Amino acid sequence: MTATASTVADSGTMFRRNLLHMLRYPGLTVFVIGIPVLLLLLFVYVFGGTLGAGLPGGGRGADQEYLAYVVPGILLIGVAGIANGASIGIAQDMTEGIVARFRSMAISRAAVLNGHVLGNTVQGLLCLAIVMGVALLMGLRPAAGVFAWLVLVVFLALVCYSVSWMAVAMGMSSKTVEGASNTPMIFTLLPFLGSGFVPTASMPGWLQWFADAQPFTPFIETTRSLLAGQAPDPRYGSASLIWCAAFIALGYFWSRALYERKSVRS
Amino acid sequence: MTMAITARGLTKRYREQTVLDSVDLDVTAGTVLALLGPNGAGKTTTVHILSTLVRPDAGSATIAGRDLRRDSQGVRGAIGLTGQFAAVDGLLTGEENLRLMADLRHLGPRVGRRRVAELLERFDLTEAARKPLVTYSGGMKRRLDLAMTLVGTPQIVFLDEPTTGLDPRSRQTMWEIVRELLDDGVTIFLTTQYLEEADRVADRVVVLDHGRVVGEGTPSELKARVGTEVLIVTDRDGTVRPEIPIDGTVGGLRDVLAAIDGDESASVSLRAPSLDDVFFALTGSSSSYDDAAPASASAPAFITREES
Repeated sequence: MTATASTVADSGTMFRRNLLHMLRYPGLTVFVIGIPVLLLLLFVYVFGGTLGAGLPGGGRGADQEYLAYVVPGILLIGVAGIANGASIGIAQDMTEGIVARFRSMAISRAAVLNGHVLGNTVQGLLCLAIVMGVALLMGLRPAAGVFAWLVLVVFLALVCYSVSWMAVAMGMSSKTVEGASNTPMIFTLLPFLGSGFVPTASMPGWLQWFADAQPFTPFIETTRSLLAGQAPDPRYGSASLIWCAAFIALGYFWSRALYERKSVRS
Repeated sequence: MTMAITARGLTKRYREQTVLDSVDLDVTAGTVLALLGPNGAGKTTTVHILSTLVRPDAGSATIAGRDLRRDSQGVRGAIGLTGQFAAVDGLLTGEENLRLMADLRHLGPRVGRRRVAELLERFDLTEAARKPLVTYSGGMKRRLDLAMTLVGTPQIVFLDEPTTGLDPRSRQTMWEIVRELLDDGVTIFLTTQYLEEADRVADRVVVLDHGRVVGEGTPSELKARVGTEVLIVTDRDGTVRPEIPIDGTVGGLRDVLAAIDGDESASVSLRAPSLDDVFFALTGSSSSYDDAAPASASAPAFITREES
């Protein structure tokens, strides 16, 4: 078997292992899905009336209007939650005896990491589908057509995948499982410090600068456009793709280096 | 004679402490080598180096004809490792664990399924195959662990303290499996703290102390140095005289007894030699691991009593 073929085969095996873990230990998945759903209900029904009234052109039926505004933000909160799960998952795995066994076997070095990242991407899409389902039940009626939906699914899968790579590297770099659950919290904050919940125009200047520069604003804005059935602003679209590529590259090389270092101790 | 493992000058330091100091090892293919030593002697470090998990600071090794440094992936393909802690996936069932190994060894679905069924049967795990690992006893987990090591039919199997924490029956099963593996031509490298274990299963024994090889030979050569039993003479007032190693023959015992002077009513008893006796015989001082002494000194005598 060639190196590439065995990397693909081993990654597939590890991916199946991660899916089985999610089935056997659904606690983390439920938590990861529960938080964004809870936030959605909270932001729409508790804060929605007031926040919606503050939106440009907001008025009556403000909470429904706010629902449409906040869903992309909540979806990205979901992605951030996935990052958290990915980080905890890999940190926990690295403490297990089974990973020591993997290291003494002739399997592709990237396979364990690939398994986690792919598993988390699937978990992420499941989470986003459920959040979306709840939003539809709450009355959201996206204007997106079939094509926009397809692009949206691919786009969110890519975001999940790239954020998962970063999170896996963060999880690998932390010494304890507790540490691994803290580092990716930064991702959970970013939608709040971006255009997730209120338009960035309403923020103080310095924060507005940060909100426009950080990765989650382009992620959220692209999602928002696609849901509304509009072509995404190319500025946000390209920024999203650049951020995704950067996350994948950085996460991949960082976690590979850490895995290598932890695998063969010098 | 083909060599399964040849190691020269393996050295490992952690900060100031030298864990392994220029260790040479030779293991003939198809035999059992026991690496005997107390806690902290460097046994696990040796196993980890030979199984590519730890990089040595100096020294070289050839394992199954492959160079440890240059072809570590080749080495990994030829070996199987069962460590001190069960390397199993606790969230999967026994069967899924074995399937995972079969998939990672690229056995293909048909061969893989057959191999898994075969190993479940051989390790008496068929009944528990579809149950989650939380329901497994310690002995079952160890058996599963070893079965997972054997999925890829490795040429060399490393067993790091394979009987630690096992009850006598599971220990018995472990030795039966070792014997079966030998019949299949597998080379076995095992570590143990118990002289009695090394004596029972090994073709050659290497004694490790403070990261250095202090003695090596066949179990009988080792016993010739240490004695097969230790005679203990206790005077009537309770004073215990210095222990005397004996060679297990009538003549030897008679000579030793003849040399005992004084109180005819002193009581005598025999015990199997312990790891401490090995160190005393080989290095002239008893094992210097005072902190490890309780576990390693009392356990061997206990095993001997229950198994002989």
